[in-house]
Order: sequence, then structure tokens, then C-alpha cells
Amino acid sequence: MSAPASGGVPILRLGDVLVTGLLNELDDTTAVAFTEELTSRISSDGARGVLIDISRLEIVDSFVARTLMELTTMARLLGARVIVAGMRPPVAITLVELGIQLTGVETALNAEQAMAAMGWHQSLQPAGGGPG
Amino acid sequence: MRIEEDLLTVRHAVRAATLRAGFSIVDQTRVVTAASELARNAYIHGGGGTVTIDRLTLGGSAGLRLTVKDEGPGIVDTDAALADGFTTGAGLGHGLGGARRLMNDFELHTVPGQGTTVIATRWAGR
Repeated sequence: MSAPASGGVPILRLGDVLVTGLLNELDDTTAVAFTEELTSRISSDGARGVLIDISRLEIVDSFVARTLMELTTMARLLGARVIVAGMRPPVAITLVELGIQLTGVETALNAEQAMAAMGWHQSLQPAGGGPG
Repeated sequence: MRIEEDLLTVRHAVRAATLRAGFSIVDQTRVVTAASELARNAYIHGGGGTVTIDRLTLGGSAGLRLTVKDEGPGIVDTDAALADGFTTGAGLGHGLGGARRLMNDFELHTVPGQGTTVIATRWAGR
């Protein structure tokens, strides 16, 4: 399931969903490499969905926001749906104050809910349940 | 700031300063995000520059003042530059106006041909 790194950001494949997570230190060079790698992987893997986990991002400035919006648009052009998951609450507050709405970007509270939205479901837990 | 990696150095230094000043996690995020926008502006539009972080205290509350200075071409129309949606670079056009909203005090000094200085302050819990 593992894949070549793109600017240090690994892209995994689960069925027809690509799973990736942005690291804390997203700089311009990494963002460009990541965008190129992700779009080529969507095509070569025939991905219908992309999950981008951003729970490790400590800030989302206008540059990172623009990267996420462009990725979403590019993926849509290739026929894939992007869900950005796991934004930290302080990051959400700051984004709103910055005046950025991440227009067109679908979001989810966490990676698990994003995967469920894309049709992946947790298998039933044994009697008694598990810790989620 | 002369190379792109310096933007990360700025963020680290500002984050460390917000921690030392005892800022809440939301205030930390606001100040680091504002610093990132201002440092990027100075790097892209000003051709590099300097960032100074000053620790302030007033009546027992802690503050941080960021001074971001470049010697670039300056900003011709500051009102337009502070308006959302205005960009001459690789951003969304929320950088300068957004940074102003994230901070309590914000001063923009620019001289065409000589450079731009932004002085922005945030107080803990205000």
C-alpha cells in the first residue's frame, strides 16, 4: 500500500481511495511536488476519492488554503472527490478570521468520517464493542 | 529572510515566543498564521527582509509585537492591498488584511521604492 514519497508526503491507496496527510511543515516546494504527485496518482491508480488528513497542520495560511482549493479542483477535473479531514479547531477559527472559506473543499471532522463519507465502513465490532 | 526555508524558521521562532508569553492555543495559532502571511509577503513582494519579535508587558498582560521589514518596491495602494481579494502574488489576497484581523494592533508603513514595514501586536486574552 505504501507509495513513493512526494516531497516527503506519503500517498497510500485503499481500494479506490488515496489517503494522504499533510505534515506540519508545508512549504512551497513540498506543496508543488505533492500536487503533481497526487494528480498523477489519481490518474494512474484510477482513484475515485482522495482523503487529505490535515490534523497535523498547526496553521493553515492563505498559501496552504490555496493549495487545498487547487488540489480539490484538479482532482475534480480528473473525476475524483477530495475530502479534507481533521482540521484543528484553532485553525478553523483562524481561517475564518483570515477571511478564507475554502470554497469548494469538502471537509470532515476526522479521517474516519471522511472514509465513511466515501463509502468505507468499519466492520462490525464483536459483542461489547470496541473503543471506537 | 532570504530563502524559502527562512519562512519556516520565522514560524518556529514566533511559535516559541507565543509559548513563552503564555498565549492560548488559539492566540498562538492567530499570531503564527499572521507571521506566516507577513513573512511570505516580505519574501515574495519585498525580495526578503527581516522579522523582529518583541515581548511586551502592559498591566500584567503579555503581548508580542512582530516587526516585518523589507526593502522592496513598497506598496502603491495600501487600501487595495489591505482589501480581501487583492493579490499580486501567489496567495489568495487575504494575507495583509487577514493578518490585520488576526492581530490587535496593526501598522503599515510603506514608501514606494524603499520598502515596507508592518508592525503588528497581539495581547494575550484580548
